[in-house]
Parts: sequence; C-alpha cells; structure tokens
Amino acid sequence: MTATTVPLRKALNEGLRRALEDDPKVVLMGEDIGKLGGVFRITDGLQKDFGPARVIDTPLAESGIIGTAVGLAMRGYRPVCEIQFDGFIYPGFDQIVSQVAKLHYRTSGNVKMPITIRVPFGGGIGAIEHHSESPEGYFAATAGLRVVTCGNVGDAYTMIQQAIASDDPVLFFEPKRRYSEKGQLDPDAEAFPLYKARVLTQGTDATLLAYGPLVTTALRAAEIAAQEGRSLEVIDLRSISPLDLDTIAESVRRTGRLVITHEAPVFLGIGAEIAARITERCFFHLEAPVERVGGFSLPYPPAKLEEHFLPDADRILDAVDRTFAA
Amino acid sequence: MFDTDDLVQLVTESGERRTHPDFSPYVDDIDLPALRRLYEDLVVVRRIDAEATALQRQGELGLWTPLLGQEAAQVGSARALDADDFVFASYREHGVAYCRGVDPTHMLRLWRGSTHSGWNPFEYKMTTPAIIVGSQALHATGYGMGMQFDGVTGAVITYFGDGATSQGDISEAFGFAASFVAPVVFFCQNNQWAISEPVSLQSPVSIAARGRGFGVPSVRVDGNDVLAVMAVTRAALERAREGGGPTLIEAVTYRMGPHTTSDDPTRYRPASLDEEWKAKDPLARIRVLLAAEDAVDEDYLAQIKAQADTTAAVLRRGCLETVEPVPMSLFDNVYAEPHPLVDEERQRFAAYLDTLEGSH
Repeated sequence: MTATTVPLRKALNEGLRRALEDDPKVVLMGEDIGKLGGVFRITDGLQKDFGPARVIDTPLAESGIIGTAVGLAMRGYRPVCEIQFDGFIYPGFDQIVSQVAKLHYRTSGNVKMPITIRVPFGGGIGAIEHHSESPEGYFAATAGLRVVTCGNVGDAYTMIQQAIASDDPVLFFEPKRRYSEKGQLDPDAEAFPLYKARVLTQGTDATLLAYGPLVTTALRAAEIAAQEGRSLEVIDLRSISPLDLDTIAESVRRTGRLVITHEAPVFLGIGAEIAARITERCFFHLEAPVERVGGFSLPYPPAKLEEHFLPDADRILDAVDRTFAA
Repeated sequence: MFDTDDLVQLVTESGERRTHPDFSPYVDDIDLPALRRLYEDLVVVRRIDAEATALQRQGELGLWTPLLGQEAAQVGSARALDADDFVFASYREHGVAYCRGVDPTHMLRLWRGSTHSGWNPFEYKMTTPAIIVGSQALHATGYGMGMQFDGVTGAVITYFGDGATSQGDISEAFGFAASFVAPVVFFCQNNQWAISEPVSLQSPVSIAARGRGFGVPSVRVDGNDVLAVMAVTRAALERAREGGGPTLIEAVTYRMGPHTTSDDPTRYRPASLDEEWKAKDPLARIRVLLAAEDAVDEDYLAQIKAQADTTAAVLRRGCLETVEPVPMSLFDNVYAEPHPLVDEERQRFAAYLDTLEGSH
C-alpha cells in the first residue's frame, strides 16, 4: 500500500478495520456505530463489512457497554467500546474504575482486560454542554488503566491498533476537533512505540509539551515563536499513563524550560504531575519554574465562551514568555 | 410458566412433597439418594458458614458474609449447572462456590485480607466475589453474548440480591440480555433485607415483576426449597441453552443472620420475624421429608454431621495456615504488561525496605 493523504477520522477508521481483519476476537461496541457509522463516522462502513456481531450497536447505556465488554473479554474477546462523547462517559465510570481497571489485580492476574475505550474528547467545535470535556485525568489517576491520545493522522492509525493489541485496558482519547485535519497515512510505516512521547520539532530555548487536540496548536505556537527568534522544541506526549518522562527530561535538560498545555483544567491536571516529576528529575537544569497552560477551574463553558477557555497559541506563548522573565 | 408471581414450591415448610405442572418434571430424576446428596450439601454448606463466622469472631477473618438461611437457594441452583456453565457471583455465594468445587479454605482468603481473590475464576467457571453490588450481572451478560458469538450451547448464571435490583447495572443487564437474547439466568436471592433496608424499599412490586418489564420472563420460587430452586433453575438454563434468552429467578428466602459479621440486625428487624422464618428452614424440611420416606436414620444424620465437622476442621486449619503475602507482592498484577511507574515504585520500595533492619 502507498501513503495517502487522509483526514484523522479516516485514519482511525482504517486502523479499526485493520484490527478487525487481523484478529477475529476484536469486536466494536457502542451507540450508533453500526449503520450510522458513529456520530463522528469513525466506524463508517465497518458493520456492513464485518457484520452486526462484530460491530455491535448497543442500547444507550454506558455502564452496560463497559460491563458487557468485561464479560466479553473474559470470554476471550477484545472489545473496543465507543463512548459517544467525553461527557457521556460518567455513567460507565464505575465499571471502568472498579472492574476494568482492577480485575487483573483483583484476580491475581488470572483475568485480563484487553479492552479499548475510545473517547472523542475536548472542545473547540461549538457544541452544547457535556460534549467538549477533557476527563482524561480521572482515568490517568486510576491504577490499572492506560491512557493514550493521538495528535496526528499517522498516530491515529497505528495507536488505535496498538491499544487494541494491548492486554491491558486502554482509554483512547481522540481529539474530536481534529477529526477533519489531514495528514499522511502510510500503512507500511514502522509504528512508534505506544507509550513513548515524540519530539515533533527540535528546539533549543524551551520545551513545549502538548497532547491530543493541542498538538496542532503547539506546533502553530512554535512557528510564531520561530518568527520572533525563539526556538521551541515541541513534544507530543501521546501516552498520558504511563508517562514517558525520559523523553521529556532529556529535552528539558537541553532547553532548561518547560511549558505544558492541555484543555483540561490546570488544577490537578496531567501537567501538575509532569511538572512535579520533571522538577524532581531536572531541578538543576531548570532556568524557570515549569509553566502550565490549560482550562480554568470551572465546568466547560458555553460555546460562545470556549475560545477564552481553551489554550491557544497566544496563551501558550504568553507562558513561554513567563519562563524567560523568571 | 414464567408469567405469574405464584410461588413455585415442591417441598412445603413441613416437608411434604408438592407437584407443579410445569416444574416438577425438571426434577423427576431426583430420587431419594439424589435428595440425600442435596441434603448433605445443605448441611456441609451451613457448617462451612458457621465455621467461617466463628473464625471471624476469633479475629482470623476481617469480615464474613453469612449465608445462614440461604443454603437451599444456593445449592439448588448450583447443582442445576453444568460444568461448562459460568457463574458470576455476588459476595455471599459460598454455597455455590462449594458446589463448584472451590476449596473452602480458598474462599476465606479474601475475607482474611490475604488476597482479593481466592481462586482462578476460569478453573471453576465461577468468578470471585463482586463487592460492587450488581456489577457482575453485566459481566455475565457480556460473557453470555460471547458464548452466542462463539456458537456454543451454554449458559451463564449470575447471582445478586434484592438490594442490587435497584442498581442501574441490573436494569442495564436485563435490557442488554433481553435485546441480545443472551443465555443468562439472573438469579436473585431475595433474602428480604439489604443490610437494614427491607425489600419493600427497593421495590413496590415483586422482583420478578421487574424482570418482566424488561422482557425477561420471570419466576418466583420458594428459595428455601432446594428441589423447587433446582427445578426452576434447570428450566431457565434450558431456555437459555435453546436460544430462548434470559430468565429471572426470584428466590424468596431470608437472611437468618447479619448482612456481614459487622452488622447488627437487632437494630432494624424484630426477632419475631426471624422466628417466623425459622419455621421455613431449608434443611429441616428436607430432613423431615427424607425421614418420612425412611431415607434417613440417626446413624446417617450422625455421619453427615461428622462429615461436615471434618470439612470445618480442615477449613479452620487451612485458614490458620494461610501463607500471607510478602510486602513486595503489593506491586504484582497491577498491569498485564510492563509499566514504568509500577516498576519505579517497586524498586524504590524495595530499596526502602532494604534500609530497614530485618524487614524482609
């Protein structure tokens, strides 16, 4: 196969198709994922090609989706659950946190939970409430779960397959406002390790760490900074749990500055944990305190206000400036 | 046969046989020797439960969930299962675990705090206790869906209590199982009490009526009648295996003891109620029936008691000889695959322990 330019949603669709082809035990489950192809069309055409026993429309019950996935996993299946929107995941929270996350530990390793839970997340699409949230922190804080997110087309294709192949449960957060962004999809490209962060642009003055929907934003911020004569090294975190601290620390030891950005509120966000751990590792290399740029500590605001809530290139660069003012 | 709330009973409180047009045929094969074996199960299960309760009182277990009074509901349903059927249990099914062949000593490990699970679920086709009330019904439904996808003829049974029927997971499990025609038997032990809350607080209608609202055929059975429980469970399993989908069994029974060893039922229910249910004891009625048929005598009863006492003694010894986990096992099995954070914390904790004299 040759490389093509496709939108991120198509890369996910192709990744899911490949997973369904490669392993007969892979089943997709979720609301409206069959004939409709999902509200974001990520599963478009898959039920037609693989049948309703492998691409399963479920009743509208998130706990039911996750809970039956647990039983299917015990029967030897690899369920891939679609949660329709970030803000709809909470009815399934108990099954995820008490069962999916803990069953391997609770059964002394006898019961594996190779379940992937796909969650379109984040704002920026002008949606009504409960459709723009970033709940990744809840899951990253739960031992037993792995949490990853893709920031570009190539990763979308490979990471979803790697997540499905994992014998551990993986929360797979998809940057919904980037679903239409295009990029190169090369099915034959060598896959990057699932739990490693990736340096996207080399830089010397400060490290800018982003994930999911803000990877694109961070790259834009770096372009603007470059025009102003400042060299930013942009890293796509990719894996939120476990964290690839080695890659981040290696960069920070060279640049001496770290700015972390995510849409979720800063307070107790992923950035807090990274800031603490990088401070431990790189204390004598840091020229300034680690800066965090994220959502405010409030419920996700109405769409007309979201541009003020979401970090953008200007707010990120403002934080970069602060690291130089220190 | 699944559309009425009439209580199915094949052995009355006073030990008389009854026939039921729909369900009697399901236990035609239970002759006196077979009934004696069921009685032996009831006696042994009650004895295991009493010993575990005693071990808790003596400080050997952190907690125990006594099943006193619910022996027939558990033995009757568990003895209806095939080896390949899968059991998704709640936390009081020690009698079911016994019938599945689980070593009673292994049942105690969780309650002692030595591990979260006493056995490998796949070895006995029975899960270890689910403490989150109702969660296991969805797991059972998913497993049943998987059996369907695999094209195998089998069934799943899941146990829960009357309190659990108020949980969303039970409703969702009914809905999924009905829509996907999953081979699931929902077995509710309605023991009248969810800790201090009477079943009337959970539902103004019968538990069985709740199932029917989801399109799950439902039956109410005398949960203290081991024969009737076996009959309705066999009927429900047959429906499941033949592609008929889920069935809900409401086994009407009574929790004679506390919810757990930490509970004090005298605070919320009158002793007169306990007395009322004592007259419906699941063991006594079978003993009376067997005696009326000249199938038991004093020697036999003494022999069964001795067998139960031996099981209890083995259980006690096994409990006291439990090999407790070492500190470093804290970090085992958090994940199936290597995880850098777990590795880092394990190494740091080991290094810390090394600084303590004689710690491990």
